[in-house]
Amino acid sequence: MAESPDIAKDATSPPATPDVLVGPGHDFATVTEKISSIVLQRRTPWGWWVGFAISFGILQLLLFVVVNLLFRGIGVWGPNVPIGWGFDILNFVWWIGIGHAGTLISAILLLLRQPWRTSINRFAEAMTLFAVACAAFYPIFHTGRPWLAIYWLFPYPNTMSLWPNFRSPLIWDVFAVSTYATVSFMFWFVGLIPDLATLRDRAQSKPWKILYGMLAMGWRGSARHWHNYDTAYVLLAGLATPLVISVHTVVSFDFAVGIVPGWHATIFPPYFVAGAIYAGFAMVLTISIPLRKFYGLEDFITMKHLENMAKVMLATGLIVAYGYMMEAFMAWYSANAYERFMIWNRMTGPYWKMYWALIFCNVIAPNTLWIKNLRTSVPYLFFISLVVSVGMWLERYVIIVTSLSRDFLPSSWGMYSGTLYDWSAFIGTLGLFATLLFLFVRFLPAISIFEMRTMLPGAEPEEQKR
Amino acid sequence: MTKPGLYGLMAEFSEPAGLVVAVGRVHEAGYRKVDAFSPYPMEALYEALGLHHSRLPLLVLIGGVAGLIAGYGLEYWASVIEYPMNVGGRPFHSVPSFIPPAFETTILFAALTAVLGMLAINGLPEPYHPVFNVPTFALATKDRFFLCIEASDPKFDLDQTWSFMMSLGARVVSEVEQ
Repeated sequence: MAESPDIAKDATSPPATPDVLVGPGHDFATVTEKISSIVLQRRTPWGWWVGFAISFGILQLLLFVVVNLLFRGIGVWGPNVPIGWGFDILNFVWWIGIGHAGTLISAILLLLRQPWRTSINRFAEAMTLFAVACAAFYPIFHTGRPWLAIYWLFPYPNTMSLWPNFRSPLIWDVFAVSTYATVSFMFWFVGLIPDLATLRDRAQSKPWKILYGMLAMGWRGSARHWHNYDTAYVLLAGLATPLVISVHTVVSFDFAVGIVPGWHATIFPPYFVAGAIYAGFAMVLTISIPLRKFYGLEDFITMKHLENMAKVMLATGLIVAYGYMMEAFMAWYSANAYERFMIWNRMTGPYWKMYWALIFCNVIAPNTLWIKNLRTSVPYLFFISLVVSVGMWLERYVIIVTSLSRDFLPSSWGMYSGTLYDWSAFIGTLGLFATLLFLFVRFLPAISIFEMRTMLPGAEPEEQKR
Repeated sequence: MTKPGLYGLMAEFSEPAGLVVAVGRVHEAGYRKVDAFSPYPMEALYEALGLHHSRLPLLVLIGGVAGLIAGYGLEYWASVIEYPMNVGGRPFHSVPSFIPPAFETTILFAALTAVLGMLAINGLPEPYHPVFNVPTFALATKDRFFLCIEASDPKFDLDQTWSFMMSLGARVVSEVEQ
């Protein structure tokens, strides 16, 4: 590497060394310029319009489902007796899981002093917010008449003077997810304040200056402000860390507190949290790979970032695989006839294809990431991140549908498949997610500018002699 | 000596190290109404300015405890006092079941206190501030470093402070209008 400094310095090609967190040749001005110009450029790239139009088109499916659902009732969805939970809870858990990577990257990696989090935390946090918004769609509309159903979700003095049943994990869910959404939003917005000030000071047109100025709340980069800001940011990270773990733990309680075979297991909380991080990192990769390509951000989201994310995915994937193994082992070891039947039914019953596809996607496929050449191949990482997303969706399908379809009494067995409206709702939320992401990338800095400045050499001077 | 309508003097630096040294010297010289401006947080500046403890952690602790009491209190009041209802034969006061929501409200109140407290201590939102009158100050959010000594500082003297700031290696020192 030392013999070819010219190649390494060439800023137009991706960095020659895969180990750097910021490409060579950047200073405070170029970092600011590069990231803020994505937002401030006058002409919106045509690629953005195409992507936005497609996403917005797909989003209309959600409108179609909501209108049908509200007029005709939740019977348009597939759940039946005995499979009372179908796509709605499946997609809810899937989306909430994806959301976890954002908080993990911003909070836990901050506390662990992992500097590589810096260039991916902002859009991972945005992704969290959008994923939570998609997740919230399902429980809200699953009530059929959401405006009549609020009193048993939220504790407020209502005309029936009824209160939520706080002994139910579904109410824990309401508290966990709404707290998570609020805290994630605050974390994201606090991180944005200094960058909004940068946009305010660099925007050319008056309306944008005013808008960003209002959002920046008069931030002026005062050291006295930074001092409190740093404290607040670390405290938020410290609070978000137990929060993110509690959220998917509570989501897993929705199942584990029930008595259905395949749900009633103490391994659920840790295994769900690991699965959430696994799915979340897959989604961060799915987003960051096209983003860095399209906007030429290879200097900021380097090969090292992608490789680290792949490693986290591999590690959490192995934890998830351990969870599957333990499920099967405990079914055998417990000597419980229902548990044994449950796992056997998953492997060979009517939904066997789903189970083995899940094992392929979540156990076999991620193990290819042990190989360095595959782990550092961008197209392969993109592919594997999609495989993992599919795998995590299948995992929830297997847990929910196979367990409910074959419970204790053969007389109450049944089958489930998603209807047109189930699929439209799922694809529609994908459209919502993508639409929000496109708007975010256009109007807000997708990479934290001020944190990128701290990554540059010489940013933090040594303790000076006074 | 100062002049009416003057907020203070603003020195401009192009290197972070220059600002840190200058802030240290200004603090040493006895100026206290001093502020430094940088495009990113610099721990060295806090020390140079003599900033020690933020009041925020204590506020956040109080917020968290308030959240815990509020959350658990709500559950207890709603399920035991206001409308006791037998659900599946479980006790009205179901301690283990009450923990998750109370935990979430603890985090929620603490996080709200952290954000709102940070803004309140910093006095934000503050749409107008005299430092914005310095023409190049927009660069404080890009790649320039600033140091401001306020005219209300007892040691402030327009000419002396001016020449002192020039001696610190500033690119330029300008007057900040009120």
